[in-house]
Amino acid sequence: MKIVVCIKHVPDTETKIVIVDDGKSINSNGVKYILNPYDEYAVEEALQIKEANEESEVVAISVGDDSTQSSIRSALAMGVDRGTLLKTGNFALVDPFSVAKILAEEIKLESPDIILTGKMSIDAYGSQVPGLIAELLELPVVNLARDIVLSEGKATVKRDIEGGSETLITTLPAVISAEKGLNNPRYPALKGIMQAKKKPLEIKEINLDETDVEIIELTYPKQKPAGRIVGNSADAAVELVKLLRQEAKVI
Amino acid sequence: MPQLNSPDFFNSSSLLNDEEILIQNTARQWVEKEFNPIVVEHYRAGTFPMDLRFKLGEMGFFGANLPEKYGCAGINNIAYGLIMQELERGDSGLRSFASVQGALVMWPIHEYGSESQKEYWIPKLASGEKIGCFGLTEPDYGSNPGGMITRARRDGDSYILNGAKMWITNSPIADIALIWAKNEDGIVEGFLVERGTPGFETPEMKGKLSLRASITGEIILNNCRIPAENKLPGIKGLKGPLSCLTQARYGINWGVIGAAMACYEEALDYSKTRIQFDKPIAAFQLTQQKLSEMILEITKAQLLTLQLGRLKDAKTMEHYHVSMGKMNNVRMALDIARSARTILGANGIVDEYVSLRHANNLESVLTYEGTHEMHTLIVGETITGISAFRV
Repeated sequence: MKIVVCIKHVPDTETKIVIVDDGKSINSNGVKYILNPYDEYAVEEALQIKEANEESEVVAISVGDDSTQSSIRSALAMGVDRGTLLKTGNFALVDPFSVAKILAEEIKLESPDIILTGKMSIDAYGSQVPGLIAELLELPVVNLARDIVLSEGKATVKRDIEGGSETLITTLPAVISAEKGLNNPRYPALKGIMQAKKKPLEIKEINLDETDVEIIELTYPKQKPAGRIVGNSADAAVELVKLLRQEAKVI
Repeated sequence: MPQLNSPDFFNSSSLLNDEEILIQNTARQWVEKEFNPIVVEHYRAGTFPMDLRFKLGEMGFFGANLPEKYGCAGINNIAYGLIMQELERGDSGLRSFASVQGALVMWPIHEYGSESQKEYWIPKLASGEKIGCFGLTEPDYGSNPGGMITRARRDGDSYILNGAKMWITNSPIADIALIWAKNEDGIVEGFLVERGTPGFETPEMKGKLSLRASITGEIILNNCRIPAENKLPGIKGLKGPLSCLTQARYGINWGVIGAAMACYEEALDYSKTRIQFDKPIAAFQLTQQKLSEMILEITKAQLLTLQLGRLKDAKTMEHYHVSMGKMNNVRMALDIARSARTILGANGIVDEYVSLRHANNLESVLTYEGTHEMHTLIVGETITGISAFRV
């Protein structure tokens, strides 16, 4: 069984983001990048499928720049067999459709039995790539998987919906995106990290077409206004309730 | 470029390769998830979380710088040091556990053991299936191990060991003890003694106010008969145990930086949110001075220790380099832990905060594996050519 995992190199959630002067991109200097956490679930799931199915291969594919190699290496250290970096010039400005097109072309060459991704990247929050890849490859897509069971060329996928959960069955190949809780991603053990160096990481230069969607502006979240102290005595409680009801409208 | 997941004021990330950084990041994540949530309960109870031995083994944290041939990770000494840093950021007891196993048991077996000793013991120690301890210090011989009383007498195909060891990390939970004893010619040699051997006892030492999440004991050898092939064939003399200590002290050099970082990070966070006189205490000059001194000392130690690691990888590291590093780094970490505690004020004395636990631990680290005083005299001997302690 061949499993392709699409992964993304993203800024760590704890990183302080600085928008550069053009207002359209962030300054990546001093920013710590990690393997997108939702993609970690996809990688772990792929490894578990591989472990349960003899002679399986897991391939990690990512669109990015040179620095993206470190996230691919993280996936290799977890146990992925090989990686492919689809290298673009100005990665920060690539829109989801372009990413999906590049990924779909590469996935076609691999012709995998299953394609796994995270449900979204924690930097752009697009949630578009899994669906777009599936459409471009004319494959079924199931998003937000919490459980995946494979048997006889089909995948049974459980996903959370409002007020409960739903179980779907899909033919394979299919694109399945991982929700938090799908599994518990393993740490890359030292042996895995050492072996990752020796695993193949192919770099393919990609020429970007004109994109249909472009970023016009990035802004910081609004600063929270300073708090207000209503008073110190018991009477203040009455005033506080009144303000919470009439002004803040939270109760 | 990948970056260290730790204070890095002088961008020492740029002096490291991707693999070293990935290993540091992984070790930090592991400690934060697997160890930090349980350390306080073990510290209070005076126990070590024994089920972690297998998880530590799975991660490859035991003897990580030894070759893959024996089931180890074969990483370089910088990456090994960064693991020690992250383990000790959790607790000095955790780093001690890994240091003893890797540097004081696996390393000497690898360096001085027979091929069959290596093939039998190292993989089992690497996986955590077996736990080892190192018996050198005696009740009356600490800084002066050459005076040891423990003796090994040859008797046919056996050796008979008699004596007592003290302050032995992990002895009560160890499956195997590397015992240093003098033979009939008064020469120090190393012997592997398995638990269950008649005459081998390991009472636990109670009442420690430091390194509480680490088990310490004695080793009592009373006509303890072991097969002659359990002797380490490759070394004779005090340089055997001393060379092991150089390995373990190398790990301490890195480890204590982790403890210092934990205290610095805690104090920095706290100072920005603790309000007194209507402003965060980080706004006071006295607090800023404390924090600035901390990051200064951490940064100096990082760069000193990185160079120490480069020397070790180049096989040009000498014991006096390790001594100077231990002198600097342990004292620096202890000073930072105490200073961090003052920033935390009264909150700093409860175990919800890490700084006082680290400070208490570092009192042991200042003394064990060569006291601060002995390392000072080793550096003194190196620069003057005159030993202040050798007879």
